[in-house]
Amino acid sequence: MSGVPWGETRLVQGNEAVALGALAAGIDFFAGYPITPSTEVAEILAREMPLVGKKWIQMEDEIASISAIIGASLAGGRSMTATSGPGFSLMQEGIGYACMTEVPLVLVNVMRGGPSTGLPTQVSQGDVMQSRWGTHGDHPAIVIAPSDVEECFRLTVRAFNLAESFRTPVIFMPDEVIGHMREKLTFPMKEEICVTPPSAPDVPIEWYEHYHSSATGVSPMAHFGSGYRFHVTGLTHDTHGFPTRKVDEVVAKMNRLKQKITRRLDVLEDNMLHNVEESKVVVFCYGSVYRSALAAQQILAKRRKKVGIFRPVTLWPFPDRTVKELLDGKEVIIVPELNQGQIIHEVERLTSDNVRVVPMHRYDGYEITPEQIVEAVQEVM
Amino acid sequence: MPARLPYAYRYLRAKKKFPHVWCPGCGIGIVMGSIIRAIDSLGWELDDILMVSGIGCTSRMPVYVDFNTLHTTHGRALAFGTGAKMANENLKVIAVMGDGDSMAIGGNHIIHAARRNMDITAIIVNNNNYGMTGGQFSPTTPQGARTATTPYGMIEPDFDVCKLTEAAGASFVARGSVYHVMELDGIIKQGLDGSGFRVVEVLSPCPTNFGRANRQGDAVKMMEMLRDNTVNRAQAEKLPPEKLQGKIVRGVFADRKTTGYIERYRALVSRVTSGSEVKK
Repeated sequence: MSGVPWGETRLVQGNEAVALGALAAGIDFFAGYPITPSTEVAEILAREMPLVGKKWIQMEDEIASISAIIGASLAGGRSMTATSGPGFSLMQEGIGYACMTEVPLVLVNVMRGGPSTGLPTQVSQGDVMQSRWGTHGDHPAIVIAPSDVEECFRLTVRAFNLAESFRTPVIFMPDEVIGHMREKLTFPMKEEICVTPPSAPDVPIEWYEHYHSSATGVSPMAHFGSGYRFHVTGLTHDTHGFPTRKVDEVVAKMNRLKQKITRRLDVLEDNMLHNVEESKVVVFCYGSVYRSALAAQQILAKRRKKVGIFRPVTLWPFPDRTVKELLDGKEVIIVPELNQGQIIHEVERLTSDNVRVVPMHRYDGYEITPEQIVEAVQEVM
Repeated sequence: MPARLPYAYRYLRAKKKFPHVWCPGCGIGIVMGSIIRAIDSLGWELDDILMVSGIGCTSRMPVYVDFNTLHTTHGRALAFGTGAKMANENLKVIAVMGDGDSMAIGGNHIIHAARRNMDITAIIVNNNNYGMTGGQFSPTTPQGARTATTPYGMIEPDFDVCKLTEAAGASFVARGSVYHVMELDGIIKQGLDGSGFRVVEVLSPCPTNFGRANRQGDAVKMMEMLRDNTVNRAQAEKLPPEKLQGKIVRGVFADRKTTGYIERYRALVSRVTSGSEVKK
């Protein structure tokens, strides 16, 4: 295969769909380091990108990889890296730097079993909290968890678009099952894909502020070499990018970093709901577990048992308001996760004491099956 | 003096960002001056230059110069620079780093930037210790030296920046000192003007930390030490081995004019897009 097979139907692997999604989004630069189970993303792009004159490099480690994509993004290249567990940990400092300096980039983290080297070839959802709070300090986070191969393609494009329009790193986080699964995928036509164009300042050079405060909290970003000379530092900085310790400037920066996300939750929020309103019991799940939940819902329907499914596609920012609105008041919420309990605490936080929030964990490297969910639902019904 | 003002205003963010953070007697400002004079004599446009740095005293340099400037995380200047250079090949990328930044936390990146022959000029200001954090030992602290973390003397051998980067494949490797400023201007100019990975190590005093801990005297005394303890290559070749004992040699150690990474990547793209390459 060469390039995105627009309009065609193929049998495609999740990681392959991510790579093709990146090409569809107009990726200019990829830097990465081999790691299971994400390696296919790097391999496919190593083959594809030189063919269209785009830049691809294998760096000496994951720290170098994220550093390189930040540098490339500042120089005007649409950039991505792909990694997994241990590599994701190594990238945390760079993620914080990109948040602080408001650099758009896409980081693909295909989740495998942890901690440490853990279960390199097996599935997990153990990085959910790390994807939110992995780097030090308060910071914004946008994290997307796909559940099928079509989403690996379509939502990778969305990840690039969000990175561009929010000027922040976006973490795209399939679990290993989704990354390695093969499914039929009908690619859209090229003109059906909407790609956010790279931003460019519309002010004279002498008026340019690299971190101008606009209504959305995000301003158009100039690139190195464009004639707009600016300074970028991980130190807390003023609107021109120069280091500051003045309290009003520090607070303004920190507030804007937070508010550029919280003021536009409507753009970021993305949930899939099935029979939530009419069910007393709801399964709250994401990633590969959502597939099992859908299958379980069908099995249960045949047994005349009604269960709802609430699936956040965007994991972070967490859909606080919708969860509170739709789930507070339910009898039981079952939260199956491929970890020892991470997102469940968010659900507990948003529901009152009379809602039973039932955990369901699996952390042995295997997926949660529909039967397990059926069993859990029948236990509470 | 007034006649020199336009010169400074052209290259420095003079109105906004001074005074600088460096201690009295520090050599980093001299290195900055040399870089500016080298750039001026090359006639480079400010818009085309990207100065990238890591963390530390030397890494504060980008804030003062009116180029595209990028102050990154500790040790990663070359990795950030690699991405920027690949994304915009027109940028002339200069990485300024200290000895701790480039040789310890950034050690992995510098050997691989040298191996790839990435088109970046690395200017490494070696003051033999971590100045910003209060004078701890670095990979270039000489054996026996006292620092905040070697109160009984340094027992580890030190890195030779030039030998290391030359062995790793850098196309250009040289060493200068902030005492020998005219020579340094020339070396940096040579280091900037070329392709591939180019390294200039600059010996520089840290009177506040290293000098005080080792009773080397004030800034002037430390400058005199640079004068007395270093020799240039031409001199060194004439000296008998016993007189070279303890001297540090300045000059250009490698100037190989090997093909840089960017040119090799360009060649790869034209090979695979011309259709001559049959892909599986």
